[in-house]
Amino acid sequence: MSNTTTRLPRLLRGRAWVWPDDVNTDIIIPFRFKARTNDPVEMAKYAMYGFDPEFYKKVHKGDIFVAGRNFGGGSSREQAPVAIKYSGVSAVIAESFARIFYRNSFAIGLPALEVPGITKKVSQFDEVEVDMENWAVRTVKDGQVHKATKVPDFLMELVKEGGLVEYYRQHHSFPWEKLEKLPVAR
Amino acid sequence: MSVRAAEGGKHNVLHPGDIVVLPVDLAMAQDSTGPLAIKVIREMGIKKLWDPSRVHLVIDHTYPAADEKVANLHNLIREFVREMGCRLVEGSISHQHLLESHVVPGMILFGADSHTCQGGAVGAFATGVGSSDMAAIWATGKIWAKVPESVNVNLTGKLGKGVFARDIVSHFIGMVGEDGGNYRSIEWKGPAVKTLSISSRACISNNSMECGCKLSVFEVDEATRDYFKKVNRKPLMEVHAGPKANYVKEYTIDLDELQPQVAEPGHVDQVKTVDELEGQHVDQAFIGSSTNGRIEDLVVSAQILKGHHVKPGTRCIVTPASRLVFEEAITTGLAETFLEAGAVFTNATCGACVGTHLGVLGENEICISSSPRNYVGRMGASSAQIYLASPATAAASAIEGKITDPRKYL
Repeated sequence: MSNTTTRLPRLLRGRAWVWPDDVNTDIIIPFRFKARTNDPVEMAKYAMYGFDPEFYKKVHKGDIFVAGRNFGGGSSREQAPVAIKYSGVSAVIAESFARIFYRNSFAIGLPALEVPGITKKVSQFDEVEVDMENWAVRTVKDGQVHKATKVPDFLMELVKEGGLVEYYRQHHSFPWEKLEKLPVAR
Repeated sequence: MSVRAAEGGKHNVLHPGDIVVLPVDLAMAQDSTGPLAIKVIREMGIKKLWDPSRVHLVIDHTYPAADEKVANLHNLIREFVREMGCRLVEGSISHQHLLESHVVPGMILFGADSHTCQGGAVGAFATGVGSSDMAAIWATGKIWAKVPESVNVNLTGKLGKGVFARDIVSHFIGMVGEDGGNYRSIEWKGPAVKTLSISSRACISNNSMECGCKLSVFEVDEATRDYFKKVNRKPLMEVHAGPKANYVKEYTIDLDELQPQVAEPGHVDQVKTVDELEGQHVDQAFIGSSTNGRIEDLVVSAQILKGHHVKPGTRCIVTPASRLVFEEAITTGLAETFLEAGAVFTNATCGACVGTHLGVLGENEICISSSPRNYVGRMGASSAQIYLASPATAAASAIEGKITDPRKYL
C-alpha cells in the first residue's frame, strides 16, 4: 500500500487487543467511511469503529489483535485490514479467519496467523510476540509458543515482503506465478 | 471447479486444499473496491490491463454520488476506464447486471465484492476477492485459489404461500452459522431445485455469502438452458458433480415445512420464524439489494402493498437491483403501486443496504430489510437494529409498522 512499507522484521512484539468471535468487516470499518476515501491514513481513523469510535486514539504502534473465530467476515472490503494496519496494529492472530479477509491481509502485508485456542491464552493488553520465521505466537507472560496454521510458501513470502505492491515492485511478477510451473501446490 | 482449474493448472485431478492458478474470464470491481484497486495497480507501476474487455467497473454502491467525496472517487473510476479502455457500468448493482448481461455457465468470475458468488446460480465459478488481488487479476488475468471442500444441500418439497427463496437461504444460514460455509463450495441440489426460478437461485447463491462460502452453485438444468436461450448468450461449459463427488457435509431442507424466516439484529445466523418475532415495532422497511431486488421480489411486494398504505410514521423504501428491473417495475405498473401505498421507489443502487444513502438509519432506529446483512452499523448508526427477512415479510411489516407474517396479505 504505502511507499514506506518495507520487508517485515522477524519478530513483532506488542500489546494484545482481545476481540470476540465473528467480528465482521462492517464493525472493522463501516461502509459510509471506507467508501469516501482512498487514503489508508484516513481509513485508520475508523478502525474498529463499530466497537469503539475512539479506537484509533487508544491503539499503540505495534499492538497486536487476538480475536476469536471468523475474524473479518462479511464484505470483501480490503479497507478493513488496511485500516487495522494503518492504525498501527502489526499483526492479527485469530482462532479462524473469514476467507476474503485472510487473503486481503496477506495481499496488503498484514500478518494474519490462525492459532486455534489462542483466545484462551491471552488477556487484554498481555504482551504477545509473533515469530514470522516460524509462523508462531509466543505469549510473553508464560513463554509458551503456539504454532499457527501453516500457509503455503508463496503467501509467506508475500506477507514478509509487505504485500502485493511491494512484492511486485521487487520482482515484477506476482508470488503465485511461479506455482504455474510446479505440480499441484499444497 | 476442477474442470476449469485443470485447464489453468494443467492438472486432471484436484483435491480440496490444493492451490491452483486460475485463468479469469471476467473481473469486476465496484465503486467502493475499485478506487483502491486502481490505487494499487498504479502503485505497482502497471500501465496496461491484461484484457480491458474483461475488466468491468460498476458504479453501484453509492449511485448517483451522495456527496463530494463519493463523486471524486466515481470520477477516479471514470478516468481509469477512459485511460485503460475497460468497461464501465453505472446505476445497476453489479451482480444483477452481470447476471443480466455477462455471466454464463462455466465462466470463471472474480469480483471485488463478496456477493460475487451469486454467479453460481447459473453454474459459474464466481467468488469475491479484495482490491489488491483484483489489481493483480487486471494485470495478468490470473489469480491463485485454494480448491474448496464441498457441501451438499438437498432441497425437497415445495415452498408454501408466503415463503420464498430468501427464507430457504436464511434458514440454511441459521442452521450452519455465520462461518458454517467458510472456504466451502455449497452445491444446491434435490428435486425442489427445478421449482426455483433463476432469480430465486440468484438470491440463494448471493445470500450464501453470509455463511462465508467461497462458491454457491446450482448445476445447469433445463431452466438454466432456457434462460440463456432467452437472453441469447452461449454457455461456456456445463459443470456437473460426478458420481464420486465428495461432500464434507450434507444437509436437507424440506420446503414443505419451511416458514417465513427473520434474522435478529447483529448476526445473520440468529434466525427465527416470523411468528416468534411478530409485533416487533419497525421504523423502516427496506425492499431491495442484490440479494432481493429482482422483479419477482418487487412483484410480490406490490401484490402485498396493493390496496394498502404504509403505516403512518413508518418508511418503506423500494430499491430495484438494476436499471432493467427499474424499467420493468415502471412499465408494468409496480412502481405506481409502491407510490400509491406511500413507499419510496428509488433508482437501482446498494444505497440503504450499506448505509451510504437513500435510507440510512439514525440512532436506535429499527429496520426490517431484505438486504443481506444486519451487522452493527451496517445501515447507519451503530445503535440501529436490523431484522432481515424476505421482501414479502418486509412489505407486510411496512403496512403494519411492525414485523408481520406476509401470509396474512397473500
